[in-house]
Amino acid sequence: MAERVLMKGNEAIAEAAIRAGCRHYFGYPITPQTEIAAYMAKKMPKIGGVFLQAESEVASINMVYGAAATGCRVMTSSSSPGISLKSEGLSYIAGSDVPALVVNVQRGGPGLGGIQPSQSDYFQATKGGGHGDYRMIVLAPASVQEMASLTIKGFNLADKYLMTSMILADGTIGQMMEPISFEDAEIETYEKPWALTGTECKRKHNIVNSLYLKPDELEVKNFERYERYKIVEENEPMWEEYMMEDAEICVVAFGIASRVAKNAVVAARAEGIKVGLIRPITLWPFPTKALRAAADKVKAFVSVELNMGQMIEDVRLATECKRPVSLCNRAGGMIPSPEQVLESIRKAQKGE
Amino acid sequence: MKTTQILIAGFGGQGVLFAGKFLAYKGLVQDKNVSWLPSYGPEMRGGTANCSIILSDMPVGSPIITNPDVLVAMNLPSLQKFVNDVVPGGQIFIDSTLIDAKVERDDVQVFYIPATQIAKDAGFSTLANMVLMGKVIKESGAVDFAGNKETLEKFIPAKKANLIDINCQALQTGYDFA
Amino acid sequence: MAIVFEKPKALTDAVLHYCPGCPHGIIHRLVAEAIDELGIEGKTIGVAPVGCAVMAYDYFACDMIEAAHGRAPATATGIKRCRPDNIVFTYQGDGDLASIGMAETVHAAARNENITVIFVNNAIYGMTGGQMAPTSLPGQVTQTSPYGRDVKHCGWPIKVSEMLSTLEGPEYIARVAVNNVKNVKNAKKAIKKAFQNQIEGKGFSLVEVVSACPTNWGMTPQKALEWVESDMLPYYPIGVYKDRTAAKEAE
Repeated sequence: MAERVLMKGNEAIAEAAIRAGCRHYFGYPITPQTEIAAYMAKKMPKIGGVFLQAESEVASINMVYGAAATGCRVMTSSSSPGISLKSEGLSYIAGSDVPALVVNVQRGGPGLGGIQPSQSDYFQATKGGGHGDYRMIVLAPASVQEMASLTIKGFNLADKYLMTSMILADGTIGQMMEPISFEDAEIETYEKPWALTGTECKRKHNIVNSLYLKPDELEVKNFERYERYKIVEENEPMWEEYMMEDAEICVVAFGIASRVAKNAVVAARAEGIKVGLIRPITLWPFPTKALRAAADKVKAFVSVELNMGQMIEDVRLATECKRPVSLCNRAGGMIPSPEQVLESIRKAQKGE
Repeated sequence: MKTTQILIAGFGGQGVLFAGKFLAYKGLVQDKNVSWLPSYGPEMRGGTANCSIILSDMPVGSPIITNPDVLVAMNLPSLQKFVNDVVPGGQIFIDSTLIDAKVERDDVQVFYIPATQIAKDAGFSTLANMVLMGKVIKESGAVDFAGNKETLEKFIPAKKANLIDINCQALQTGYDFA
Repeated sequence: MAIVFEKPKALTDAVLHYCPGCPHGIIHRLVAEAIDELGIEGKTIGVAPVGCAVMAYDYFACDMIEAAHGRAPATATGIKRCRPDNIVFTYQGDGDLASIGMAETVHAAARNENITVIFVNNAIYGMTGGQMAPTSLPGQVTQTSPYGRDVKHCGWPIKVSEMLSTLEGPEYIARVAVNNVKNVKNAKKAIKKAFQNQIEGKGFSLVEVVSACPTNWGMTPQKALEWVESDMLPYYPIGVYKDRTAAKEAE
């Protein structure tokens, strides 16, 4: 096993990206993700890569778009308000079918909001954000180790399916340090015959484009894209089940909320409540099958979130409303305590 | 199986985060499960700063500490803010050079260490944080005291390597303080 | 039979969609001729804007990308930073470059990003049907300034070349026009130089091409070219506004 090192979550993302072959980073400063940019600024010049601080989030995502169109592994990172600005580019990247990795270390919103951790960009990440019909693969790390492993996975998936992978983290996971070991990154490589490399006057020109003025052609493009998304939904959902074997109550939580929820599950088990946790690791594709299966076994679900209740809608859809789903939440940068989650579990157990 | 949840709190600039990092690296070197979580705010200096360190023989769940086993208070506001969160039977370490107040709880163990004065007298006036860490390690048993030099070498950059010995001295001074 | 005139190789066989009398065709040709003469088609990557030239990706035979509105300099930056040995150019109108994309333009220039920017200034938003542009002249009647551009209400048109030439960053900033043969010939020289600069690694080179929009100006093509001379060029004088290399040589 590789040596354990202590690292901040944000730094783990940056280091993992470099290990995944990313040599181009375009970003703009915003709290609480700045360590990613700082790490890249320090490392990239030493390994023949490019770190460029853009004039805005809008510019940086469009730099990512251009870089992705050349077939390079490229990334940007930001936090909630910055992702709103990047949404334009995310839509173009989706419409042009080029791969990119985008990190959102979420903070409280809406508007300028705050700088403390949040999960209130769940809708923005999983339902769109930018305009038009499109999806992004959304990966939700719950530890520093996963910040690294999901970054590498995200690059691979982006290349495989020609779409954006988004790391949806939060200020806590970004700022905390945990031991992490970098196993040899499994870097998958894919042919990119569509890339802009210059024709060398040997082939027809490649065009990277999202404009289709004929509606029938644009419709075909959209249907094709959703065929690809169907494969992603079939093959790529990831989740963790914790103490679910005999569970009567199922807590659903991702990211930092799942860490708090685990403490509460342990405490509830100590009280004799049969409770388990399903932790979605991919938020899109959502682990629908796992939740649908759980709905046949448990009597209630508790969705624990750092927002006003966003993922809970997907929990209800996945479980086809077969069981009651209650919300245990804090917002604005606050984090629920294990006691608060425990209380929600107790209530669910009593059928309240 | 042991888990220690440690909260260190003070002003920005007192080395709160550094002290926490030191404990986290001690845990790393001693093959424990570790988490280190800083408070982060818009102010870079002078504001309140705290950090949460969990050292455990089991996987760490939430890195957020609501009820610490150990509280290290390096200023009065921090003591007032967190004193009642400490678990019954827990330990509170107070820099008594900077904090006049006494803890009125009788269900916790309190150590008053004039860390700032000790550090000043010993000629390493910026290392009150490490004096306190020496005492914390001794009294809490969260990690073994041995191997401080190796630990510090892990995260103090090479160009500041001259600071390692003095940090070790500060730790020893705190450890020996009775 | 001897061939005395042909289409540049750097243009595809696609039929241009531009309105009759629109100088975009001329400017496309000048860019393509420059690419041909420099022998760089095989390594050139073009960035199309949003605006009338939105479908330029169909017309240039090199690799092409369609950028978001105003973002072409950022997209070109991304490409150039990944493939520094390729030649990267943007082709942008006045709304794209000087309004929504001004930040991207200024910062690419400030970074001396080694790209070539072709900036077509015809003082109007063409594709959307003739709205006021950041370069519309005082008093100019457009769909969104139906009583003439009132500078008290919506400010003054922006002189992009003059403004960018105040920056330390860029290598070469020139304004040309395509309203008569002489000016077209000079425009060609400037465009070619802007590509040559990139080949030599000199940095950001922008050519502002003062052009016409007969359709949205509501003029015949000939009248429109006359209006360029009588109204546009006095406000937007032709000239080289910055040429770092020439300035150094002159010292």
